[in-house]
Amino acid sequence: MKLPPFEYACPTTISEAVALLASHDGEAKPLAGGQSLVPMLAFRVASPSLLVDLRKLAELRQIKIAADGVTLGAMVRWRDILDAARLRKAHPLLVAAVEHVAHYQIRNRGTVGGSIAHADPAAEMPGIVVTCEAKIAVVGKAGARVIDAANFFQGPLMTALKPDEIITEIRLPAWPQQRRFGFQEFARRRGDFALAAAMLFYDEAGGKAGNAQAFNAHVGAIGVADRPLRLPAVEQVLNGNTIDEAIIAKAEAAASASVDPGDDIHASGAYRKALIGVMVERALKGAAA
Amino acid sequence: MPVKFEVNGKPVEVEVEPRLTLADCLRHHLRLTGTHVGCEHGVCGSCTVLVDGAAVRSCLLLAVQAEGAKVVTVEGLSLEEGLTPLQAAFRKHHALQCGFCTPGMITTAHALLSEEPDCDADRVREVLSGNLCRCTGYISIVEAVLDARAAYKRDGKSA
Amino acid sequence: MRTVNAFVGQPIERLEDFRFVRGRGQYVDDLARKNMLHAAVLRSAVAHGRVRHIDVSRAKKVPGVRAVITAADLGDPIPLVPMRLQPMPEFEAFGQPVMARDKVRYVGEALAMVLADSAGVAEDALGAIEADIEPLPAVANWQSAAKNETLLFEHKGSNVTMKFRAVLGDADATFKTAPYTRRESFSTQRHTALPMEPRGLLAEWDAASGRLTLSGAAKVLFANRRILAKQLGLAVDAIDMVEYDVGGSFGARGEFYPEDFLVPFAARHVGRPVKWTEDRREHLMCMNHAREAVCDVEIACARDGTILGLRGHAFVDMGAYMRTNGAVGARNIAQFMSGPYRVANIDLDVSLLLTNKTPVGTYRGPGRFETDFFRERLLDMAARDLGIDQVEFRRRNLVRDTEMPYQVATIAPFESKDELDSGDYQVTLDRCLTEFGWAEKDKLKGKLIDGSYHGVAVCCFIEGGAAGPKESARLVLETDGTLTVYMGSSGVGQGLETAFAQIAADAMDMPMDRINNVFHGSTAYVSDGYGSYHSRSIVMGGSAVLDAAAKLRQAMSAEAARRLNCGSAEVALADGRATAPDGKSVSWAELAPEPLSVEGAFSNHKHTWAYGAHAAHVAVDPKTGAVALIDYVAVENCGRMINPLTLKGQLVGAVVQGLGGAFLEHLAYDENGQLLTGSLADYLIPTASDFPKIRGYVMESHPSPINPLGAKGAGEGGIISVGGVIANAVADALSSFGIEPRELPLSPSRVWQLVQDAHK
Repeated sequence: MKLPPFEYACPTTISEAVALLASHDGEAKPLAGGQSLVPMLAFRVASPSLLVDLRKLAELRQIKIAADGVTLGAMVRWRDILDAARLRKAHPLLVAAVEHVAHYQIRNRGTVGGSIAHADPAAEMPGIVVTCEAKIAVVGKAGARVIDAANFFQGPLMTALKPDEIITEIRLPAWPQQRRFGFQEFARRRGDFALAAAMLFYDEAGGKAGNAQAFNAHVGAIGVADRPLRLPAVEQVLNGNTIDEAIIAKAEAAASASVDPGDDIHASGAYRKALIGVMVERALKGAAA
Repeated sequence: MPVKFEVNGKPVEVEVEPRLTLADCLRHHLRLTGTHVGCEHGVCGSCTVLVDGAAVRSCLLLAVQAEGAKVVTVEGLSLEEGLTPLQAAFRKHHALQCGFCTPGMITTAHALLSEEPDCDADRVREVLSGNLCRCTGYISIVEAVLDARAAYKRDGKSA
Repeated sequence: MRTVNAFVGQPIERLEDFRFVRGRGQYVDDLARKNMLHAAVLRSAVAHGRVRHIDVSRAKKVPGVRAVITAADLGDPIPLVPMRLQPMPEFEAFGQPVMARDKVRYVGEALAMVLADSAGVAEDALGAIEADIEPLPAVANWQSAAKNETLLFEHKGSNVTMKFRAVLGDADATFKTAPYTRRESFSTQRHTALPMEPRGLLAEWDAASGRLTLSGAAKVLFANRRILAKQLGLAVDAIDMVEYDVGGSFGARGEFYPEDFLVPFAARHVGRPVKWTEDRREHLMCMNHAREAVCDVEIACARDGTILGLRGHAFVDMGAYMRTNGAVGARNIAQFMSGPYRVANIDLDVSLLLTNKTPVGTYRGPGRFETDFFRERLLDMAARDLGIDQVEFRRRNLVRDTEMPYQVATIAPFESKDELDSGDYQVTLDRCLTEFGWAEKDKLKGKLIDGSYHGVAVCCFIEGGAAGPKESARLVLETDGTLTVYMGSSGVGQGLETAFAQIAADAMDMPMDRINNVFHGSTAYVSDGYGSYHSRSIVMGGSAVLDAAAKLRQAMSAEAARRLNCGSAEVALADGRATAPDGKSVSWAELAPEPLSVEGAFSNHKHTWAYGAHAAHVAVDPKTGAVALIDYVAVENCGRMINPLTLKGQLVGAVVQGLGGAFLEHLAYDENGQLLTGSLADYLIPTASDFPKIRGYVMESHPSPINPLGAKGAGEGGIISVGGVIANAVADALSSFGIEPRELPLSPSRVWQLVQDAHK
């Protein structure tokens, strides 16, 4: 499985990178960590004429924590997120998700930008950006633009990115400290792509602990469709209610009813449909604890 | 393209096609065949090397991406004579049979123990879950890595 | 001869490890030769079709391509891969041509071979070859194969290549009158050995001397040499097969595959060394598949739980061709279904059916993993029906040591008989139950704790080993008095160098560190070697070492007697010296002014039977179908332990491979014969975090009477019970649902579905 031939460039500025991507008629691809792209080349399911290595673009490696939220440069690695102690408080849902990503060696190279540009329907980061309503900042030959996460993923391995665009940052909205959140993933082995995973958060208002009501619920799912999904039916069950056993049971049922996954070699559609319900149920139990 | 980097403490310069992986460059251009190729799609971990101290899959890295980097392979983690404490622990616990996954296991374990000499069994298993072995069933490998912690704690860095 | 062993029986750390832990092993892809070309094979993307034309003209023009070989270059008739084991004339018609010519019969079958300056260019050139194949309907499973509507070999009229039958006593009569019978249908899935090193070969042709050197050979080098010599029209001794380090075999690597002809042929064709390295994608579609079987089986018992008979029909999906040892697993399903149990009446037949999938071959415990799953499931079902405790049920039926040798079912058409040699199966069962903590754990059966249902199970097994007919060893006393050992046995990672050094050191009454090296496998080392398969190397190779040592010591005594003027029987050989009764002595080095080389051999036509028991404790989450393995204990008695450290390594390693088969591994095909699991992201094997608690215990007693070491082959026992014990434990856990798993693997999706179905 030797790689097919390609040219290679290693620009030192973002505009140089964009120009290179634009110059190859849609046949050039950016190279970030390579953990998703290189296997595709090895299987010869992708054969770009040029790889544009982004490793010298230091400005893409920043992690910024501010009042308006967490901003991750596109080249921030999973490793960097897990090493950043302050992120555990600043965005615990992000960190909970990243703990499930792949394996030790992959976490040393794989990047957040690479993951969402690859858009595997069972990958954690796309699920996080959709669930949290992140904004994806990109730059291309037509200039800079910001894409809402909800519009970013268009199908399996398909995104709204143009061939000449690179992601520069992922902007996650501010995370209030007292927010409740949960993350539950089920995979066949540790580090595998999820058969299904639920990631969610909600805020609480009124009453003491135990009978506060949820609002602003955001519930996301991966592994159950051709892209990461919000589950509005589940959010509706949660909003305005105390999250007790009865509501959790309703939420589980609503989650299963929301999706219609197909069969594949790892699991039946019926199984995944039930499984996302269980993931939502367990994520909610974790959030309430 | 010409590429200059450092392997096991020595500078190297090679002329390679962009498509050549670091694994193939190490094995066939530099004749350091201790790093093995088991899948070429980033799953088995047999190709693990250290690049600037971090354990990575060399089958997913292009040789040209190693420009300016410090690469360490299993050969660089070995002594001229005798075995390092980590290698001796592998031997003591029968943590290898056919030896094919072993360089990847040694390199990954070395990276882990260098950073986390106090890691527990769960952490060792988690980190090694990215290295496939078909012979041992892993129990003895985990035992060997746990046994080797003492040597890394002593020095506070790599033994 | 030493009367008390210093080394045999000790857990000696391995000699091989020194090079492996330092990255100094030499595997075939590590080798390079001047002027070497790289080979890449074009493989069919179509499962079944007629080959109209392979157009290689564009490929030949790719810069760096030196030659492209097609079936037209290979002569007429095109060589076939022969059967090595169970070579019945009926199978010949189903042999695989080394390259597809008229038809392709599976995805992955070779269509052409490119030789180029680099592996990358060779692979690039594959994309420039146009394969014009007229597709035919794919025979996607054994059921459609059995209909014989689409035939893989039209002129044979059937997709059934053979039917074996295992018979003992009178099963029909027994079933007519038995007070209790139960009939079930079970299936095991297609999976594979998956060694970590993919295959590879490096062939060098010396036109001047007419000699071929082939590196990368493994397992059965002498047999492969005979096959290749015939195919290339060479004398056997014009070929050297060289064994380097081998990254695992488990029965699959080392058999004769099409590439074992194509690569040497290519080297001779172009007059340059040719290297071929299999990649993992190819490996999954080309290396022997295994284990896919369905069994419709019935058990008959007395009311007290005595097993009276077993009968049934098994169907094995053989893939597209009969390869070198494909029949072995199928035969074993029938012949060894009784396992360690006393079953007086048996009538089991097994049909071998061709489908448009990768051909099958042996994989660790071939047919035994499958048949033990079928049998042990049935035993637990019968025990439950009869109201008898599952442990007691097994005790009652285990063959007793006083009944040995105990004859198992005879297989037709070979008329091959087999008998269990020695052992006390109750002792290993007891040890397993004790180590496992059965009494305590059994109280958990069916209990719901923290959302999961707990279950336990225990199964007993036998492992056949020491296949004949022969093995050779050569010992050389060097001029400095050290010893070099040469073996016909083949190293595949199991630690032979260490074990044979232990045996040789004790047999020669010398320290292990005076043994220079143990060389193994290569055809230059001994005159008549056989190799490593069917867990034979310790018994066969080790016994050959004993024979060679006895002969060497005789030769040394004779030489010493000559120098010391005494009778040869009066010479004492010890501590590196040969001493006469009068006290005069010479050093061993003085006995060998030239290296003194002596060859020994051991012949054998009976199998050894290692045996034991496995127990498992699982916790099943009914909502996700996840099965957590809380504890697993495996006990094996191998008669006489040579190295307990490596023996336990084999046991635990095999258990984990078995767990892969029980839970994770599946080579899935679609209805068009397309292999869906084409990478290690889809073909899942266990990792370090999946099964953290496996406990293995090795024992020795009741040495085998059939070899001078008293040892029994023990490389495969660890895998044999796993499917059965896991499925039984899951059934135990979910017994309140009345769930009976009948298929492997027990993936989360399947377990969940079983729970859903039970609720309906």
